[in-house]
Amino acid sequence: MNARVAGFPIYTLVMAGVALIVFIGIPLTTNSFQTFQFANVAAFVIAIVGLNILTGYSGQISLGNGAFMAVGGYTTALLAAKWPLPFIGFVPYGYTIPLAGLVAALLGFLIGIPALRLRGIYLALATFALALAVTPVLNNYDGFTGGHAGVFLKSATPPFGLDLSNDQWLYFMCWAIAAILYVPAFLMLRSRTGRAWMAIRDSETAAVSSGISLAYYKTLAFGISAFYAGIAGSLFVINNAYVDPDSYSLALSLTLLIGLVIGGLANVWGPILGGLLVVWLPYFAEKSAGFRLGPISLGGKPDIEFGIVLILIVFFAPNGLTGLIGRGIRWYRSKRDAGRGAAPLPAPAVLEEATQGGEPSEIIG
Amino acid sequence: MTGKPMRGFGIAAVAIITLACGAQQGQTSATQTDVGVTKDTITIGGTFPVSGPATAYYSVAKGADAYFEYTNAHGGIGGRKIKYTVVDDAYSAANTPAKARELVQDDQVFLTYGDLGTPNNLAVRDYYNQQKVPQLFVFTGSSHWGADYTQYPWTLGWQPDYVSEGKIYAKYMLQNESSDKIGILYQNDDYGKDYVNGLKQGLGDKASSMIVKEVTYNTGDPIDMKSQVNALKGSTADTFYVAATPNYAANAVTNAIASGWNPKLYMNNVSNSTSTWRKVAGALGASSAKVDGMISTVYLKDPVDTAKWGSDSGVGLFKTVMSQFGGALAPSQPCPADGTDGFCVAGMASAFSLVDVLKKANADGQLTRKHVMDIACCGFNETNNPLLLPGEVVNTTKTNHFPIQEMQLEKWQGDHWVTFGQVIDARK
Repeated sequence: MNARVAGFPIYTLVMAGVALIVFIGIPLTTNSFQTFQFANVAAFVIAIVGLNILTGYSGQISLGNGAFMAVGGYTTALLAAKWPLPFIGFVPYGYTIPLAGLVAALLGFLIGIPALRLRGIYLALATFALALAVTPVLNNYDGFTGGHAGVFLKSATPPFGLDLSNDQWLYFMCWAIAAILYVPAFLMLRSRTGRAWMAIRDSETAAVSSGISLAYYKTLAFGISAFYAGIAGSLFVINNAYVDPDSYSLALSLTLLIGLVIGGLANVWGPILGGLLVVWLPYFAEKSAGFRLGPISLGGKPDIEFGIVLILIVFFAPNGLTGLIGRGIRWYRSKRDAGRGAAPLPAPAVLEEATQGGEPSEIIG
Repeated sequence: MTGKPMRGFGIAAVAIITLACGAQQGQTSATQTDVGVTKDTITIGGTFPVSGPATAYYSVAKGADAYFEYTNAHGGIGGRKIKYTVVDDAYSAANTPAKARELVQDDQVFLTYGDLGTPNNLAVRDYYNQQKVPQLFVFTGSSHWGADYTQYPWTLGWQPDYVSEGKIYAKYMLQNESSDKIGILYQNDDYGKDYVNGLKQGLGDKASSMIVKEVTYNTGDPIDMKSQVNALKGSTADTFYVAATPNYAANAVTNAIASGWNPKLYMNNVSNSTSTWRKVAGALGASSAKVDGMISTVYLKDPVDTAKWGSDSGVGLFKTVMSQFGGALAPSQPCPADGTDGFCVAGMASAFSLVDVLKKANADGQLTRKHVMDIACCGFNETNNPLLLPGEVVNTTKTNHFPIQEMQLEKWQGDHWVTFGQVIDARK
């Protein structure tokens, strides 16, 4: 599972073991709502992995991946609960998940073609328009989408008579899908394709002169990114058992980008931290009623607290949380190599290190 | 800089750190209880627009919370204090399902009370009914709550329903203004459509000739309402029937007057808070007189009308409660004790009903979800609500699940509403 901590097989194994224990332990030790929240984390992780491919690796800034999520989400909602197919009837929600990905991927390819002509800030603006259009379009075709009243789904229950609560089932299902989708993303980024994307990101001119087809790789990135977003959108709908056009507001697209940047752009593990952050930070902000910053009361004002934390992270960890952790690990190693404390696990002491104002570090991964 | 032990995957640690939870369990004394009830507290929850385009409604929660605090200071519910947990869904139904889960599964509330918004409550009533958690006295007048009771027995409304209110306006129009050409603005969901349907049903055969234009908006749309108002102004309409939430309604009326349209105005009850219209009048300045004569309905006493209610004991209680506890929920924006914020009045009035229900359940020795619902849904008969118009009763029976049904018409004059005519039973 882990591959990127500089040739430490035992360390890697221990980490994988810890990760597994945490993964199994979460639904056993948290209450059902927190388990549900962690299921949403998995959906966010998938969406951010997709955005990471597009923005982090191929260098195309997208503010519109929420639109791809909407396509995936509505594919699931409409097939599972609104429009029965002839002979089949309503499609069981599990089968709609890959379909959601494929339909979104198709849209991704289509968007990717005109996007070829746009770069940088212009592409960002075009995808921004896409994100803005989602809610009005879904509202406008209310005969087909159900419009503002939304679409209600049956709650997802565990299949095969599994002895799990609904929330535990959602948790395991979402994380299993996230794990399955992580592998190809991981491999792709280490393949010719991934190198081609990064070459395009770093210099299109150099990439073209090395024989890389811009059109092919850029639309491929859009399509794959949209596929991940579509799956994530589908999982959100299944988790919530409800969807309406507001579910895919501009804020969602921005949230994805925030999660990506805060987690760590172009880092394999960034999406996991990003997903955890965008789900749990607003939650804790809301629960922190009474929290004060000097004379200013911040309690119960989640947006403000969220914003402050984001600013702090961007300021102190310009390479995202993974960059910060990587820096912490290196700091620890340099201490240890200087002859001090030989603990088996490194102790980066994330935030304290940050306030020390260490030198900027490059992206790991 | 002290090195901390245990580090590794940021993921692992972050995940573990987040897992602080202590589920409250109901303690059994002599009284039978459920989740959310301890020997000292009753935790209840509600979803409200604390942020977003419908924040005016947050005052309902503030008014209710003030009354809970007042109740707590006067012995609570048999010694138990009510703790009201309000979460923000920003009036977007897309947010409400996750917030409902948070209340039930994370905050472990005994019941939810006062949840605001028609689409919002529709989005979660399946969930609450599956979980058998009371969704009590929801703050929306959709006819769904009363009409769908058999299918959703854990959901109950409180205020008069919008269809009936629409019929009252229709009746008035037919009697007094039957040549009106009506332009309608409504929120494009079940709430707005209820008002339109009520009006059409009330107008009957005349509906197609009297209603000349209908325009809509969606929650979350830009607040200015200019394009909608221009479309109506461009029609032959001389009467403006507004089924919109306060901020949208205020902008629509402001623009209708600022644009020189100057229609006759009908304002849905959900947006008739005095403070809203004083602000509009202030913004309109010299043309504020054109708001005068705007017609709405009322089922609550209006503390601003001191000539009528100055010596009323119910309004006196309201002023006491708000001056002591008005800021309990939101200290920076408290409920004003003068009653200019009608939603604070509505919040306290419905909180009074909830306290009434809880006290009855406690007296029966059964502070359980089931028993509370049984009391509220099917045999509730509250005749002493301090803030309802005299003679109004909060009443349910085995066959009637619309708790309040009486309303009175009112007209805007300068800086306050003036009631006229009789109290009308909206369902007749």
